[in-house]
Amino acid sequence: MSKPSDLVQGTLDLLILKILALQPLHGWALSQRLKQISGEVLQVSDGSLYPALHKLEQQGWIHAEWKPTENNRRAKFYSLTRLGRRHLEKEAANWERISTAISSVMRLTEV
Amino acid sequence: MRIEQWVYTIPLRLRSLFHRNRLSAELEDELRDHIDRQIEHNLARGMGAEEARLAARRAFGNAAAVREQTHDTWSWSGIELLLSDLRFGARTLVRTSGFASIAILVMALGIGANVALFAIVRSVLLNPLPYADPDRLVRLYERISVGGLNIPDGATAGGMYTEWKEHNQTLADMAIAGSTDYNLSSAGKQLPEVVHGGNLSWNMLPLLGVRPVLGRNFTADDDKPSANPTVLLSWGLWKRRFGGDPAVVNTTILLDAVPHTVIGVMPPNSRLPSISTPTMQLWTPIFEAKRGDLMEMLDEHEFRAIGRLKPGVTEAQAVADLTLITRRIHENHLDDSYVAFAANSRPLLDSTVGRMKTPLYALLAATGCVLLIACLNVANLLVARAAARRREQAIRAALGGSKLRLLRQHLMESLLICVAGGALGFFLAASVLRWFVAVRHDVPRVDSIAVDGLVAAFTLGLVVLCAAFAGAISSLSMRGDQALQALRESSRGQTAGAARTRLRSILLSIEVGLTIVLLIGAGLLLKSYAQLRSTDLGCLTDNILKMDLSLPTARYKGTSSVANFFSSFVDRVRNLPGIQAAGLVNPGVPGDGQGSNDNFTIIEHPPLPPGQSNIANNRWCDAGYFAALGIPLLQGRSFSSNQRPGHSTEIIISESFARQFFPGENPIGKHMTTFNQTGSEIVGIVGDTRIDPGEAPHPMMYFPIFAAPDMIHSSTLVIRSGNDVTQFAVPVQRLLASMDRTLAVSEVLTMDQVLGRNTLEASFDATLLMVFAGLSLLLAAVGLFGVLSYIVAQRMAEIGIRIALGARRAHILRLTLVDGLRPALFGLLLGLAASAGSVKLIQSMLFETRPFDPAVFVAVSATLLVVAALACAMPAWRASRLDPMQALRTE
Repeated sequence: MSKPSDLVQGTLDLLILKILALQPLHGWALSQRLKQISGEVLQVSDGSLYPALHKLEQQGWIHAEWKPTENNRRAKFYSLTRLGRRHLEKEAANWERISTAISSVMRLTEV
Repeated sequence: MRIEQWVYTIPLRLRSLFHRNRLSAELEDELRDHIDRQIEHNLARGMGAEEARLAARRAFGNAAAVREQTHDTWSWSGIELLLSDLRFGARTLVRTSGFASIAILVMALGIGANVALFAIVRSVLLNPLPYADPDRLVRLYERISVGGLNIPDGATAGGMYTEWKEHNQTLADMAIAGSTDYNLSSAGKQLPEVVHGGNLSWNMLPLLGVRPVLGRNFTADDDKPSANPTVLLSWGLWKRRFGGDPAVVNTTILLDAVPHTVIGVMPPNSRLPSISTPTMQLWTPIFEAKRGDLMEMLDEHEFRAIGRLKPGVTEAQAVADLTLITRRIHENHLDDSYVAFAANSRPLLDSTVGRMKTPLYALLAATGCVLLIACLNVANLLVARAAARRREQAIRAALGGSKLRLLRQHLMESLLICVAGGALGFFLAASVLRWFVAVRHDVPRVDSIAVDGLVAAFTLGLVVLCAAFAGAISSLSMRGDQALQALRESSRGQTAGAARTRLRSILLSIEVGLTIVLLIGAGLLLKSYAQLRSTDLGCLTDNILKMDLSLPTARYKGTSSVANFFSSFVDRVRNLPGIQAAGLVNPGVPGDGQGSNDNFTIIEHPPLPPGQSNIANNRWCDAGYFAALGIPLLQGRSFSSNQRPGHSTEIIISESFARQFFPGENPIGKHMTTFNQTGSEIVGIVGDTRIDPGEAPHPMMYFPIFAAPDMIHSSTLVIRSGNDVTQFAVPVQRLLASMDRTLAVSEVLTMDQVLGRNTLEASFDATLLMVFAGLSLLLAAVGLFGVLSYIVAQRMAEIGIRIALGARRAHILRLTLVDGLRPALFGLLLGLAASAGSVKLIQSMLFETRPFDPAVFVAVSATLLVVAALACAMPAWRASRLDPMQALRTE
C-alpha cells in the first residue's frame, strides 16, 4: 500500500484543521464533511483520516474527547486547541502565499 | 517543536507511554464507531444489510494498516519497536546460551583488558602531574663524559646545584631532592625499623605548589647544616606508626639516634610523584641532613634537581643558560672528569614516567589486537548465525518484513553481546587494576590509578564501537540477499554458493594474522625474559639471603667503631649453627642494580693525558664476601685481616678489570690510587659479576670494607646455608638486636627474590602478552573449526555423491583440509608481514634477543600450523568418513 505523498498529507492536515476550526466533530462526521466539501477531488479512504487525526493530537494542535451523541452512544470528538488555531492561521497564510504564486505562474500565457 | 507545545503535550505523551493498552482499546472503539455509523448511513440510503456492511468496509480501506499507521503516530513508538527487537534478541541469545556465553566471555576479556590498560596509561602516562602549572616544571640533568662514557642525563651534584641556582637567568626557582635510609626509633615500645626517607631543599614544596596536610613546610632556616633537625612524615607512616594522631606535630622522633622535631605530615605519596616513591616514609631538609662537604662537591652526582621555567622561557633556553654556567665550572676543573661539561633537561612528567611509555603502549596495542579479535570472533559467529537463519529471513522478507527491521534485529544481538561483555569486562578491569597496583610497585604513579567516571565512559564507548563493528561486518553477509535464491539454496539437493563462506574466511584470516602478531611479540618477550633470568650473575643464587643494615652516625662515630661493630657482627653470624658462609658488602649484591663508580690511576702505568681518566665500578667488602657468594678467586688471595681503619693497602679487581686495564700483564702486585686509597696493592683477581641482570659485567674493583672511609655506615650482609636459608633471617635479626637494641635490618631477600624483583617488568610483560596470544590462538582455532564444520555440513550432499561415484576417502580428506587451511595460511602470511613492522616497536624491551629472531618466527609459524591442522582435522576426517547413503538421505 503506497502512502500519500507529502503534499497530499500536508494538505489533509490543513483541511482537517480548517474543518475542525468551524466546529468540533467526530471522525465519521469529519469524513462526511471532507467528502462534501472537496467533492471527488480528494480521493482518500475513510480510514486514512485516523493516522492523521492521531498525529495532529500528538502534536497538540487538536484535542480529543469522548462525548455522548444521539441515542445513548459515545463518539470521540476532535476540537481545535489554541495552539492548533495559531498553527492553522500560519499554515493558511502560507498556503495562500504559495497558491497565489503558483496560480500566477500558471496564468502566464504563451506569447 | 516549541516549548509551549511540549508542555501542552506532556500529559498526552505520558499517557501514550504508560497506557498503551488503553490507547489501543480506544482506537478500536473509535474505528468501530466509524464503521457502525457508515453502515447506518448506508442503510438509511436504502442498501441491504450485507451490502451496507461491505460498502462501509470498502470505503474505510485496510483497517489493519490504519491501525498500524495510527500506532506509529503515537509518541515512543520507535522505542516500543526497539524494545521488541531487544526482547527478540535476548530470547534468541538465551535459546543459544552456549553461543552467547562464549561470545560474551570473549568480549568481556577484550573489553576488560582494554579498559584496564586505558586506566593505567591515563593515570601513569597521560594525566598531568598534580602540581601547580606542571607544564613549566623541568627535571635538570648534568651531561658528563668520563672514561669514554657519555652520560646525557646524569644526576646533579650538590655543588653544581648551588652554582646553577645562584647564576641562572631562566628559572623562576630551582630545588633539589635526594634520599637517605634512616633507623627510626621512638620513645615508645614500638620496634625500631629502617625507613626509606627523602631529602628536600626547603623550597621544593613551594616550587611544586604542594603544602603539608598538617603542620608546616621546612623553612630556609631548617635547611642549613647547623639547623635543629626537623622531619616531615609521610601520610602512610603517620597513619601506620602514629595512628593518624595530629598531636604528633612538634613531638620528637629518633632518626639514626638523632632527635628530629616532627613539623608536619605530607599528602599521600600518590599525590607526590617525582619526589616520592611508594615506599618513602619521611622527608628531611637536604642541607641539614646531608654532609656539608657532599652538598658542595661538583663530582658526586647524587641528587635530582627540579626547576620551574620563568614565564616565556623555553626549555631549550634554560638548558643553554645552565650549560653556560656548567662550562665555566668545567673549565676550572679540567683535572676532574666527573665534573659535568653541559646541562640537559626533560619535562618533569616525561622524566618521571617516560621509561614506561614503550612497555605500556606495547601492551595497549596487544590488548587492542585482542579486542579486535574478539569483535571479529563475534562477527564470525553472527555471520554463521545469519547463514543458518537465511531461510527464516527470506520468508520474512517475502512476507513484507522490512529490510531495515531485519538488519536492526541483527545489530541488536551484537549490541546485547557487547553490553553484557562490557559490563563483565568493567568488573574484570577493576579487579585487574587492583592486582596491578598491588604487584607493580616499580611503576611510577601506580598508586594514582583509579576507576572513575571517565574509565566507565571509555567502557561504554568501547561497547558501542564493538557492537557497531561486529554488527556492521556481519550484516555485510546479508547484503543483496535475494529471497528466492535463499529459499532455493536451502532446499534439497542444492549446494550453497561459495560466496557464503568467503566473508567468514576473510574474517578468519585477519583473526589468524592478529594472532600471529601477538604470538611473535609474546615469543620475543618470553625469550628475552628467559635470557634475562638465565644470565649468569657470576655468583651463586641458591640458598643465599641478603639483608641491609645501617648504623646511626650519631652513636657510631668514627671509622673504628663502625668497623668493630660490623666485624664482630659478621663473625658471630658465621658462628650461627647451619650457616656455611657470611660476608659484608656495600653498596649491594650482584643483580640488584646498585652500583657506584670511581676513577683511578695505575701507578706502574704512564700517566694519562689531562682530561682523561680510567673509571670502574667499586664495592667495599670483607674477606669472606667472595666465598659467601661463591664468586671465584681466580688469582692471588682475598683481603688479609690487617685491613683496618687507617690501614688500607689492598685492593682486589675483577676479571674484566684485569683484561681491560692490564692487557698482557699480570696485575697482581701492581699498585693503584683511587680517591680513598693511595698506592694500594692488587692482591687478587675474582670472577666477573653483573650489577644488573640486563647488562654486561662492568670492570669492578673491591676495597676492604673494614678500612672504609667515614661515609660508609651501612652494609649488606649475605649468608649462605645448605638448605632453606630463609630460616636464618630471624636468628640473625635476634643476634643484631642483642648487640644493639635500636638497630633493625631491611630488605631481607633471597638472591632469587632480588633477581625476580629486577626482572619483574620483563616477566610481567612476557606473561601478559603470552596469555593474550594464547587466548587469540584458541579463538582462531575455534573459528577454523567452526567454519570448516559449516562448510562440510553445507557440502554433505556433494561429498556424498562424490563418494558414491568412487572418490577415494583420502582425496576427500585432503580436499577438505585444504579448504580449511587456506584462511589459516593467508592469515599466517598476513601476520608475518604485519609482525615485520610491529617487532620494531618492542625492540627496546628486548634483552639479547633480535627482533627478527628466526627461532621465534619459526616456532610461532609451526605452532599456528599445527593448531590450525588440529582444528581442521576433525571436520575433515568426518567428511571423509561420510556414509554416502546416509548423507544423501538426511537432507
